Amino acid sequence: MRLLESTALQIQEKILSKEIRAKDVIKLFFERMKDIEPHVQAYITINEEDAIKKATEIDKKLERNEKLGLLAGIPIAIKDNICTKNLHTTCASKILKNFIPPYDAFAVKRLKEEDAIIVGKTNLDEFAMGSSTENSSFKITRNPWNYNYVPGGSSGGSTAAVAADLSFMALGSETGGSVRQPAALCGVVGVKPTYGRVSRYGLVAFGSSLDQIGTVTKDVRDAAVLLRVIAGHDLHDSTSAQVPVPDYSNGIDSGVDGLKIGIPKEYFAGGLNKDVDNAVKDALKIYKQLGAKIVDISLPHTEYAVAVYYIVANAEASSNLARYDGVRYGYRTDRASGIVDMYCRTRSEGFGNEVKRRIMLGNYALSSGYYDAYYLKASKVRSLIKKDFDIAFEKVDCIICPTSPVPAFKIGERANNPLEMYLSDIYTIPANLAGIPGISIPCGFSKEGLPIGMQILARHFEEKKLLQIAYTFERKTDFHLKKPALKASVV
Amino acid sequence: MEYEVVIGLETHAELATITKLFCGCSTQFGAEPNTQVCPVCLGMPGVLPVMNKKAFEYALKAAVALNCEINRFTNFDRKSYYYPDLPKNYQISQNYYNLGINGCMNIDLNGNRKTIRIHNVHLEEEAGKLIHPEETGADYSLVDFNRAGVPLLEIVSYPDMRTVDEVDSYMQTLRKILLYTEVSDCKMQEGSLRFEASISLRKKGIDKLGNRVEIKNLNSMKSVIKAIEYEAIRQSALLDKGETIDRETRLWDEVNGKSARMRSKEESQDYRYFPEPDLLPVLIDEKWLSAIKNSIPELPLARKQRFVEAFKLSDYDASILTEEKVLADSFEECVKIMDRPKAFSNWITNDLLREVKDRKLDINSLQIKPKQLALLVEIVEKGTISSTIAKEVFSEMVQTGKDPQKIIEEKGLTQISDEGLIEAVIDKIIASNPSVIEDYKKGKKNALAFLVGQVMKETKGKANPKMVNELLKGKVGI
Ligand SMILES: [Zn+2]
Repeated sequence: MRLLESTALQIQEKILSKEIRAKDVIKLFFERMKDIEPHVQAYITINEEDAIKKATEIDKKLERNEKLGLLAGIPIAIKDNICTKNLHTTCASKILKNFIPPYDAFAVKRLKEEDAIIVGKTNLDEFAMGSSTENSSFKITRNPWNYNYVPGGSSGGSTAAVAADLSFMALGSETGGSVRQPAALCGVVGVKPTYGRVSRYGLVAFGSSLDQIGTVTKDVRDAAVLLRVIAGHDLHDSTSAQVPVPDYSNGIDSGVDGLKIGIPKEYFAGGLNKDVDNAVKDALKIYKQLGAKIVDISLPHTEYAVAVYYIVANAEASSNLARYDGVRYGYRTDRASGIVDMYCRTRSEGFGNEVKRRIMLGNYALSSGYYDAYYLKASKVRSLIKKDFDIAFEKVDCIICPTSPVPAFKIGERANNPLEMYLSDIYTIPANLAGIPGISIPCGFSKEGLPIGMQILARHFEEKKLLQIAYTFERKTDFHLKKPALKASVV
Repeated sequence: MEYEVVIGLETHAELATITKLFCGCSTQFGAEPNTQVCPVCLGMPGVLPVMNKKAFEYALKAAVALNCEINRFTNFDRKSYYYPDLPKNYQISQNYYNLGINGCMNIDLNGNRKTIRIHNVHLEEEAGKLIHPEETGADYSLVDFNRAGVPLLEIVSYPDMRTVDEVDSYMQTLRKILLYTEVSDCKMQEGSLRFEASISLRKKGIDKLGNRVEIKNLNSMKSVIKAIEYEAIRQSALLDKGETIDRETRLWDEVNGKSARMRSKEESQDYRYFPEPDLLPVLIDEKWLSAIKNSIPELPLARKQRFVEAFKLSDYDASILTEEKVLADSFEECVKIMDRPKAFSNWITNDLLREVKDRKLDINSLQIKPKQLALLVEIVEKGTISSTIAKEVFSEMVQTGKDPQKIIEEKGLTQISDEGLIEAVIDKIIASNPSVIEDYKKGKKNALAFLVGQVMKETKGKANPKMVNELLKGKVGI
């Protein structure tokens, strides 16, 4: 197998066994980056110098037989809305173009503690608002399987990087499916952990009650290791859970014999692409062969999820984004007369259209006289959606459905139709509203040769079971091993 | 026309925690600008608040002391408005589930009590401070975020006050309660205690409240009173002319003794409150609440009443003693050592407070200790020193913290009660004042007082005055 196409664990094994030096891997890596990245445009910031330094350090530690972290030597990319100390964190927004955080996000701190090599910051829809990575203020990331298609979003930079072997692993973030949906569209593995499983400290807030950092990897076993590293309680995040973190890799090969898989009828309704429908149904046949029971279930409030999501997420976003005012950091207009004018110009010039649209929607939903009708009512419907899952999980161990109703769409195809774009997340949003964990894994290809993803959902804090179920399928199939046909001189 | 003035107060008190409400930064007053800040209190991207438990407990304690019903489930809400001193452009406050509601506080009006109802008590974060450069025409302002995120308690009264005396008593009593419960240092000059007033007028005998005007920028209790007086006159003049009162917010101008419109009701902000998703709700269980209740000391008004009854003090003395917790505590300690409440009360309310005032001392860090004051009272009773000398000794004790015996010894202030010594001085005085003796013999009674004074002067006040009197009378022959 070609070196940079290996999984994170495979490359780590080669480094730890001194078959190859971490420094040589990283050099090869950046050479390939120069080849491929101009086409894919996955990164906003590339951290080459630091990465080489870190790799050299790891080689030295290895020579001295010092103890190394769980992610030692693995190149990893970070979505650019997760704060990295002394490294630009822009949220793909003009308003934070020059922002360099003086602190690491909790998850980033954990990566560093476990000796991962941070190779760069990946592109996203501005402030993670979008499903195609077209809303970035800086660049449009392309789907490595076909450059005319979007990689999905908002973590499209991270999923495209991993799919194109421009990173071995990546962190993404979810508010309504922003890891799982682009993972499906790029043919990689994306995990959205339980709300509270990973500290949100340092993740630039979008919808605080929904936001969660997630993992993007080439396969399920890599996801198990990465999740283990970033999960856990953090004193700096009151909403992070004090639930012990298991070793997700341990027992990952225990199979699915006797397991009950729920199939929600609402997720296989109109609007579902035929290829996606077939791929997921084929996957269910495999599970059946492996000993799982398939159970029909209903999640009756699913149809309200998108509406609830856009009220809750935008309301919280309108408040979370109020701090970008040009007073303390970030972009400030250079032609203001007075403080109100400075606020208006700074924000008008600094934010893109989609962000402005959502701030306005959110402020409207929270306005006096509308709060009860919108935010409060949405919160109530949200608890009904959550209850749907509680009831379903009394009968089944997990739920399987498509990650996205369609494979990747063409760049520009949905850019001018926000409503159609919002429906890209129709299958992923309910898990965010309920706070439950989900994973998207490759399960097929469309007629056009674009990847198709299937998602598995489980009860709160059952990531271990989720990974086990996903791995059982992965072991039996080779969708995750397929690589896009990228022309590169370095592989 | 005669109007009734209806007044409510909103009080903000900074809580006396060492660190801020949602981060570990210091709350110390007076540091160099922007030296007590971190990513959290600067509102940088991606940071999260973490509740300071101590601050929450202080707020809870104040709510209990103000007889509030405690919401067993409370959470925090975001209050949104744009201002450069507010880092996140929203303030974490409470709106939907305030910590305490429906409380009340008794105030004392020359011995009569009145109950002022408290609408709610809640916890929120303080904003930073804008600094406007001295130079005229500067086209910028600066912000100091040292104060941003300091825990702030807001206490909202019902409009139950009718006179400035009631307002004054409300402010004093509230201040005392916050000091007694040790939740705030209430330093108005440092801004840790602030008031905002709302005032409306209505015709006497009418129930319906008039339009309310809110007044901000009140920097001292005196300005609260002045602003209310000004506003009552302004509103009654308008009403007399048949005009209506606009619902508005006015800013008090201390220098000119006037207020001016800041914004009208229509311009008032929509704060777009919604529950703070970054903090978990706080559930207050019975155990926690009773621990808080048990930590509350006897409050000033109750203590004053007890002082009057138990120690037979005057209402006036008792209220001065209970004004400051540290005074009342010291007084009680003295009485425990020696059962002379009246004497201790006199020493504290007259002499000690005069020393504090004259020497600008901090009442909370006085050098003199109750045990020493008790010793002094005992020494005076024994007649070792006269009460005049005692005052001199006391002043020295306040300044140096030395024991009274030590001062008496060092300065040789022991009272002279040796008959021979006193007689010798008397003889000397008589010999040098023959004309005064003549006057006395002719019946000028106050001549004797002059002679006593001379003897005391000669002995530097140390002669036992009673003995001087008796011996003198004997000598000049009565
Ligand atoms: Zn701070």
